[in-house]
Amino acid sequence: MAAKTLTIDGTQVSAEEGATVLQVARDHGIEIPTLCHLEGVYDVGACRLCLVEVAGIAKLLPACTTKISEGMELKTNSERLQKYRRMTLELLFAERSHVCAVCVSNGHCELQTLAYSHGMEHVRYDYCFPKWKVDVTHRLFGMDHNRCILCARCVRVCWHIEGAGTKNVSGRGASANIINDLNQPWGQSDSCTECGKCVMSCPTGALFHKGSTVAEMVHDRDKLEFIVNAREKKQWIV
Amino acid sequence: MSKRIVIDPVTRIEGHAKISIFLDDDGNVSDAEFHVVEFRGFEKFCEGRPYTEMPGITQRICGICPVSHTLASAKAGDALMAVNIPPAADKLRRLLNLGQFIQSHALSFFHLSAPDFLLGWETPQSRRNVFGLIASNADLARAGIRLRQFGQEIIETLSGRKIHPAWAVPGGVRTALSEEGRKKIRGWLVEAYLTTQTALDLFKKTLQNHQREMQIFGNFPSLFMGLVGPDGTWEHHGGKLRFTDSTGSIIADQLNPQKYFEFISESVQGASYLKSPYYQPLGFPAGMYRVGPLARLNVSEQMGVPKADAELKHFKRMGHGAVTSSFLYHYARLIEILACLEWVERYLEDPGLSSRDLRADAGINQLRGVGASEAPRGTLFHDYTVDRGGLLQKVNLIVATGQNNLAMNRTVAQIARHYLGAWNDDEIPEPMLNRIEHGIRCYDPCLSCSTHAVGQMPLHVRLIAPDGKVMAEAARG
Ligand code: SF4
Ligand code: SF4
Ligand code: FES
Repeated sequence: MAAKTLTIDGTQVSAEEGATVLQVARDHGIEIPTLCHLEGVYDVGACRLCLVEVAGIAKLLPACTTKISEGMELKTNSERLQKYRRMTLELLFAERSHVCAVCVSNGHCELQTLAYSHGMEHVRYDYCFPKWKVDVTHRLFGMDHNRCILCARCVRVCWHIEGAGTKNVSGRGASANIINDLNQPWGQSDSCTECGKCVMSCPTGALFHKGSTVAEMVHDRDKLEFIVNAREKKQWIV
Repeated sequence: MSKRIVIDPVTRIEGHAKISIFLDDDGNVSDAEFHVVEFRGFEKFCEGRPYTEMPGITQRICGICPVSHTLASAKAGDALMAVNIPPAADKLRRLLNLGQFIQSHALSFFHLSAPDFLLGWETPQSRRNVFGLIASNADLARAGIRLRQFGQEIIETLSGRKIHPAWAVPGGVRTALSEEGRKKIRGWLVEAYLTTQTALDLFKKTLQNHQREMQIFGNFPSLFMGLVGPDGTWEHHGGKLRFTDSTGSIIADQLNPQKYFEFISESVQGASYLKSPYYQPLGFPAGMYRVGPLARLNVSEQMGVPKADAELKHFKRMGHGAVTSSFLYHYARLIEILACLEWVERYLEDPGLSSRDLRADAGINQLRGVGASEAPRGTLFHDYTVDRGGLLQKVNLIVATGQNNLAMNRTVAQIARHYLGAWNDDEIPEPMLNRIEHGIRCYDPCLSCSTHAVGQMPLHVRLIAPDGKVMAEAARG
């Protein structure tokens, strides 16, 4: 494959054709914040946290789904981007009900960590406080839609790592939500293999092991990476 | 035609105490009502949440006694899971509760109450507080602050100071006591004993000057309720409920706290937002009971530890049967601190506290679960009803301040009666305000106002005539 040369934040880099901006940036030690991106599954560009500026294009583009091209000039951390990222984070908080202090993921949450690192001291928008029912019908796991950011990581790991296809996104816009099978209570799903990969993949406290109390839910992403490496690269390195 | 006196929150700030004093046709005090704004909406707010989150959620009900709520909540969780928690977990929870008793009682005694009776009732409010105490008796004030710190240190050592996690959880606790933690706690004990002993000696000495307060600060017959062990030993986290009356006779014993609704009814009265529970077989208001340190000592036959047992004997001699003056809540509080120290010392010797077997694992095995535990201020009940998955359908909390509400009303009425005589003045006498404030403080009610502005309770008192007309009012923020 041909190599492409591009500039990221003023630094010239070259990378293989077909790589995404996110991959190339990370390969060169440039951190771009992400939420819906998950190593091991394809990207969907759902969260818009990884937006970057591309010279000559007015729109901001998601780094995770944008392929590199020759001569591309990128900015990954401009003031404009910081402003948008904060806004995006605030909107994610306002859309559902996040009460970190009593959340199972408090202290181990990607959304919370990003909010801290982006200096989000408060949310400028009114909280919507939608009334989503918590699903604790499953023997092992629980799902609290009130904390879901609709990143669809759980859907992708369920389909493409486990291959069960239990999880799906239903509805549009603010009423979109994660469902099991044909929108059944999780405990009644026929396809769920109880593997727990969705729980491992979730960036927030939306998916949890039943019985978890405040701050107790730590999502183990390494296991997912291990499985993917083992399957695709035939490497069994823990 | 009778009249009414109200002490109201000046600006309806949450936690302000509002007091109505009712006068009869001759201007004599007929009754009083102490209203508190508390807990409104909280029980509703929890509905739909998993029960496992409750120890974390409920410890945020109240900044003053989070530990009590988290313990009662964890216990309610145990009941829903229908498990016996590992013995080490039970001991560790107890240790946490002892820490909470020490810090809460120390705050009540040294910071909030001692300034009144050590500095004198007529000392201006600006000096009748912990700062005034520091000025007049720096050693005692400092020792008191350190004693409170010790209690907090126990809590932090066990549950970690980081993000305030719920350490006591349904089924047990999250972590054991480390060797280092054990050492740290042990290091405080000598000093803590000394402070408690000093305070006890001082309190007993000043009692001679407070005979009148003993007589009028809530001195009346009532029932007393508290948890006791099978042999009537003082309890603070396990055990069963016992009721005694003011003659000291046991009215009912070894009642299962899980079935509290079979013998405790709640009346929601008048303008008060608090539910006033009473002992159901005796009806209302005869079934009125008090909870908290005074009640626990009245229902207990022994503390189970030598130093506190010696004090308990002395305490018991202050009443005929039961000790009925609420002024002696202070004394009971000090005796409890002493007992807590002795129990802490005992637990520190217990190798079981380092066990790794700390948490029982189970799903929902019962759809209703009650957790009862003694909070510093009195017996606390968390009553949860859940669905099969463990989502809360109904939450009922019975808190100490609610259970003492009727007794607080009577205390206020008694004090007012003494200071007003037959009221035909325009003014509410200032000494009465101070006494009412302290009368309420005896119960150490868990309102934000009880710790608000260190030592000052925002009050609004109104005298009310039988036709509802406000005859006089006095406010202080
Ligand atoms: S999911 Fe994350 S951001 Fe949301 S409440 Fe929980 S810790 Fe906070
Ligand atoms: S449940 Fe978790 S992983 Fe799934 S969409 Fe919601 S936030 Fe993402
Ligand atoms: S990580 Fe790129 S859009 Fe979410």
